[in-house]
Amino acid sequence: MNYLEISHIKKSFGDLEVLKDISLTVKKGEVLAIIGPSGSGKSTLLRCATLLETMDCGSLSYLGEEAVKAGEGGKSIYASPSELKKIRRNFGLVFQNFNLFPHYSVLKNIIDAPIRVQKRKKEEAIKEARELLAKMGLSDKESYYPFQLSGGQQQRVSIARALALHPNVLFFDEPTSALDPELTGEILKVIKDLAAEHMTMVIVTHEMNFARNVADHIIFMDQGVIAEQGTPEELFGSDNPRMKEFLGKFNEV
Amino acid sequence: MNFSTMLSQLGNGMVTTITIFGLTLLFSLPLGLGITFLRMSKNGVLRNIAKFYISVMRGTPLMLQLMVVYFGPYYLFGIPISRSYRYIAVIIGFVLNYAAYFAEIYRSGIESMPAGQYEAAQLLGYNKVQTFFLIILPQVIKRILPSVTNEVITLVKDTSLAFVISVSEMFTVAKAIASSQTSMMPYVAAGIFYYVFNFLVATIMEYIEKKLNYYR
Ligand SMILES: Nc1ncnc2c1ncn2[C@@H]1O[C@H](COP(=O)(O)OP(=O)(O)OP(=O)(O)O)[C@@H](O)[C@H]1O
Ligand SMILES: [Mg+2]
Repeated sequence: MNYLEISHIKKSFGDLEVLKDISLTVKKGEVLAIIGPSGSGKSTLLRCATLLETMDCGSLSYLGEEAVKAGEGGKSIYASPSELKKIRRNFGLVFQNFNLFPHYSVLKNIIDAPIRVQKRKKEEAIKEARELLAKMGLSDKESYYPFQLSGGQQQRVSIARALALHPNVLFFDEPTSALDPELTGEILKVIKDLAAEHMTMVIVTHEMNFARNVADHIIFMDQGVIAEQGTPEELFGSDNPRMKEFLGKFNEV
Repeated sequence: MNFSTMLSQLGNGMVTTITIFGLTLLFSLPLGLGITFLRMSKNGVLRNIAKFYISVMRGTPLMLQLMVVYFGPYYLFGIPISRSYRYIAVIIGFVLNYAAYFAEIYRSGIESMPAGQYEAAQLLGYNKVQTFFLIILPQVIKRILPSVTNEVITLVKDTSLAFVISVSEMFTVAKAIASSQTSMMPYVAAGIFYYVFNFLVATIMEYIEKKLNYYR
């Protein structure tokens, strides 16, 4: 079954057409990386997929449940709020700038939604949160507040927070680009470990080597369209001039 | 008049002042939040009503507002004013005025919150009410506390405006005794009272600010 299915998404901000007919599918356990130049619409695509932004045209479904249908002329029709609420449980998102709740301790950041939203038992939520923190190498930090942690630690907490809700698909929007280079590795390692456990993930990243190593499938976006896609081997061996230019810029820096 | 009668009269004024202060905060803080919701509502009519209300409350003297609340029912509707109404009027007047100021403070705090906090809450499945009261409001309170402190200190001094409708709070009493006894003493006592009161208020607010310093 397709865990995520996006068909013919279009999205404009005023006169600016940011997404021009994008379709993609992600299967269970698959890791999809999305790369592309700045302003090509990667974040907008993720924000549409996670219902933070409303798309104009196209459809969106998780595990066969339709969050957005395409109606007449492809126009998007959103499911009812109660259906959307149910569908939201399928996915989580890790933000570039973490967005932890600063007034909650690390532990509370992780357990509050499972307890309050998913009505799980407190002891059970705490037990699981501690396991996640151990996995993230943050066992000694549960009573810290976000401002007391490094960027890399905050990002690991935010990954734990997303995982605590057991999403079927986890999205990452440039999870390392707010971090110092020496902290990037620790986050990439966490994501690699998740991939090894067959977590279904969609990752927007500027880390080309990482995308190459961890992704099953890579999409290269350019000016609101999928300019190229395939396995890492196919993509990095591609003759597409835009793709070559883009990779060339990376090799220069 | 001996010294102890004077003190006991000033003491009564003091109680009235503290009551006005306490009741005003009790009602205007939540009412202000309600006005902020209207002021930030998606509905343009509600938004403009709230905006107009706030501009009138902030744009006219509180003293005048107290007189309107007190005398208005009689002049506008011919309702006779009972003696005890002046105490109700003074609370209504203060609450309506301070709620407008608090509304603007809440709004500035709410608008300063980054969108990422709302987005994270949405992704985690919190509903709108949970998001506001669990995630946003606690952080807003921390951000606006210094402005609230300013307003609360102003309120301590503003309570003396109740004299315009002859509510016998501290200042009214002090003035009456001073003129009947031709003495400065009551004014000195009143001054000390306001100063000590404000000192306590500032200390309490500082304590709350410290309490909220556990995060940034
Ligand atoms: N809320 C918005 N209102 C108006 N324009 C927007 C909005 N969000 C994004 N855009 C525009 O849409 C285009 C695509 O932005 P997007 O953030 O999706 O790019 P991106 O591929 O994620 O870039 P980057 O690699 O820099 O993060 C940009 O031109 C941007 O200015
Ligand atoms: Mg982006």
